[in-house]
Amino acid sequence: MPEIRVEGVKKSYGKVIALNGVNLTIKDGEYLTIVGPSGCGKTTLIKSIAGVVQPDGGDIFIDDNKVTSLPIEDRGVGYVFQEIALFPHMNVYDNVSYGLMVKGITPLEREVPVEEMLHMMNLEGYVSLYPNELSGGARQKTAISRALTSGSTLLLLDEPLGALDLKVRTVLRYELRKLVKDLGLTAVHVTHDQEEALSVSDRIVIMKAGKIVEVGLPIQLYMRPKEIFTAKFLGEANFITGEIVEKTDSEIEVRVNGSILRSNINSEADLKKEEACVMAIRPEFINLSLEPAENNSWACEVLSGIFVGDAMRYEVLADNGLTLLVKTPITGEETSFARGDKIYLSMPEDYILVYRQPEEGLEKALSLE
Amino acid sequence: MPTLRLLNVTKRFGEIKALDDLTFEVKNREYLCVLGSTGSGKTTLLRCIAGIVKPDEGDVYMDDEKSNLIPAEERNAVYVPQTYALFPHMNVLENVMFGPLAKETKRSTAEETAMRVLKLVRLDKRADAFPSELSGGMQQRVALARGLASGAKLLLLDEPLGALDVRLRLELRSELRKLAKESGLTVIHVTHDQEEAMTIGDRILVLREGQLQQHGTPYHVYNRPEKIFVANFVGNTNFLEAIVDHRNKEGGVVRLRDELKVKVLDSSFEPEEAVIVAVREEKTKVTPEPRVDQPNRLSGEVVEVHFLGSFIRYTVRLTNGDRLAARLPVHEEEMGIKQGDWVSVNFDPSDSHLYEYPPLGLQRELEAS
Repeated sequence: MPEIRVEGVKKSYGKVIALNGVNLTIKDGEYLTIVGPSGCGKTTLIKSIAGVVQPDGGDIFIDDNKVTSLPIEDRGVGYVFQEIALFPHMNVYDNVSYGLMVKGITPLEREVPVEEMLHMMNLEGYVSLYPNELSGGARQKTAISRALTSGSTLLLLDEPLGALDLKVRTVLRYELRKLVKDLGLTAVHVTHDQEEALSVSDRIVIMKAGKIVEVGLPIQLYMRPKEIFTAKFLGEANFITGEIVEKTDSEIEVRVNGSILRSNINSEADLKKEEACVMAIRPEFINLSLEPAENNSWACEVLSGIFVGDAMRYEVLADNGLTLLVKTPITGEETSFARGDKIYLSMPEDYILVYRQPEEGLEKALSLE
Repeated sequence: MPTLRLLNVTKRFGEIKALDDLTFEVKNREYLCVLGSTGSGKTTLLRCIAGIVKPDEGDVYMDDEKSNLIPAEERNAVYVPQTYALFPHMNVLENVMFGPLAKETKRSTAEETAMRVLKLVRLDKRADAFPSELSGGMQQRVALARGLASGAKLLLLDEPLGALDVRLRLELRSELRKLAKESGLTVIHVTHDQEEAMTIGDRILVLREGQLQQHGTPYHVYNRPEKIFVANFVGNTNFLEAIVDHRNKEGGVVRLRDELKVKVLDSSFEPEEAVIVAVREEKTKVTPEPRVDQPNRLSGEVVEVHFLGSFIRYTVRLTNGDRLAARLPVHEEEMGIKQGDWVSVNFDPSDSHLYEYPPLGLQRELEAS
């Protein structure tokens, strides 16, 4: 149930700055995920909270206690990482009871908490098996059980599902969230899998180059990202540059390659007329049709169409010269198009995000490094 | 003329059959994706074709020539392992020239070839760099260039994108396919990522415990999965246990638990036969109010709501206790369905598939490996 505060934490490895002044409060009982491109510092951040990495500056508090210089074993955290580290010579039961054993709790007293945990994780059928006899999923469940049996209420998960196959990962991520909520734990989970982050988190932290870019609810970050990098990193987006023609409190009109686009989302209040801007629209929010739509509709030609199962991915060339990626979910009622088809695209006003032209240039702002 | 043919290939490691009686053909210039989970035999399959591993039974034919006795280095195939295996003490150019030089090509010719393929993978400007100075994506492209420089027409790629950051992986997918097509190569690409296989492959071959489950185009594998395992592994599917009630002109009617009746299109099963009804999650619809115009109306309580980005996933517990998940495109979700709501669930009979009830039970078929 603890609350964690990270205040101005910095960490460098030689010349490489892994954390460049990070501030973050993780609420009691929250399931928080941290995402970002390789090298963004997400692993260093969770290791600093765990006490595996010693920050160069700043402080970490667990329930108002400063723990910055405490070693991992005195922080009361359960830490699970990608490389599954079970004791190979112990069976599942002994692995799970290990934490209580080293605390000097007798085998008889260990029985109830260990069995409760095994029951909760659906591991009862595996108690006498050894790690090398388990599937990847069962091994990681054992590791999580071991981390929790010693009574930790703060669970730190560093890519816990990263080594598992996709299907197993999808099932386990929901079990993990359920466990955290059922036990009333606070969980911090680092992942490179966006869908994992979107589907299990109360809040998501987006990091880039040692800094936090944005923190928010999954749906907020996906539908209304405040930062252009979030729009790039979470999900997919088309980026279109233009110039603001008209702006009221509820609507922005932008000129793009001679065409006009209207948006209802007033994300950056201080944008002005004539100013250069960048718009982002997700491929699945663009509609394709045989007839032009009323608003924000351009004639276009289909360059390619790939079937990806639950959706078609099209690349289309609009008559104003822009190439856009369009994703049409296949739910049974839509038309499909072929290469060379001359059709229309339309972009609903409610889904066009407008950002100020980034000072460092668009390419740099969107880069993953 | 097929480039590659496998006839009844079996490979054992001790008691385990890594490959179990595999027969299939890869056409000239085809891009084949082999899809399976860890331990399904994917890597062994590539190594058999490369000649690194000898099959215990069966034959591998290349261009109609039995190649069992041809040593790996003389086969017109190149194996690119998952780890890239670049020489750390050689720069990019030397790494790529290694193959041609080993074949006693003149140094100047080898260099010409190497520069040509480096241009193709857009690394000609980094020819002097050492592997450790390159990003993961670049190292991957060097490994690919080395494969291409060997002049082999058959490229065997073992999880070529597996070690890369997710974002990069998405971007490299289409590049990989484009490169293969432009260079007129035949490619066998092994992966556990179904979306990757669907996006890149001309055809997909699904493996499970060394056995071929299905072989066909992405469209075919997704829309006509021949086995429960394939329907589960590729895409997201609901499975319901049922008994065939009766057959009629439109197909048939099955009974779920508690006598809930559902229409299906398939009429190949006998009344009272036990079956599994499969429906894709994205073809399953949820509405707050019952809609009279829709067939197969069931009702239940929403027990979970998961935001997945472009889709929202609802899990509904039906009146009989069965669970059905439905995926709705996020922008079509304007009904505000919440956890705990009572909803109507339905699917079109033509979107359902029937499977024979598996002899070892449904759960066994759904295990990923």
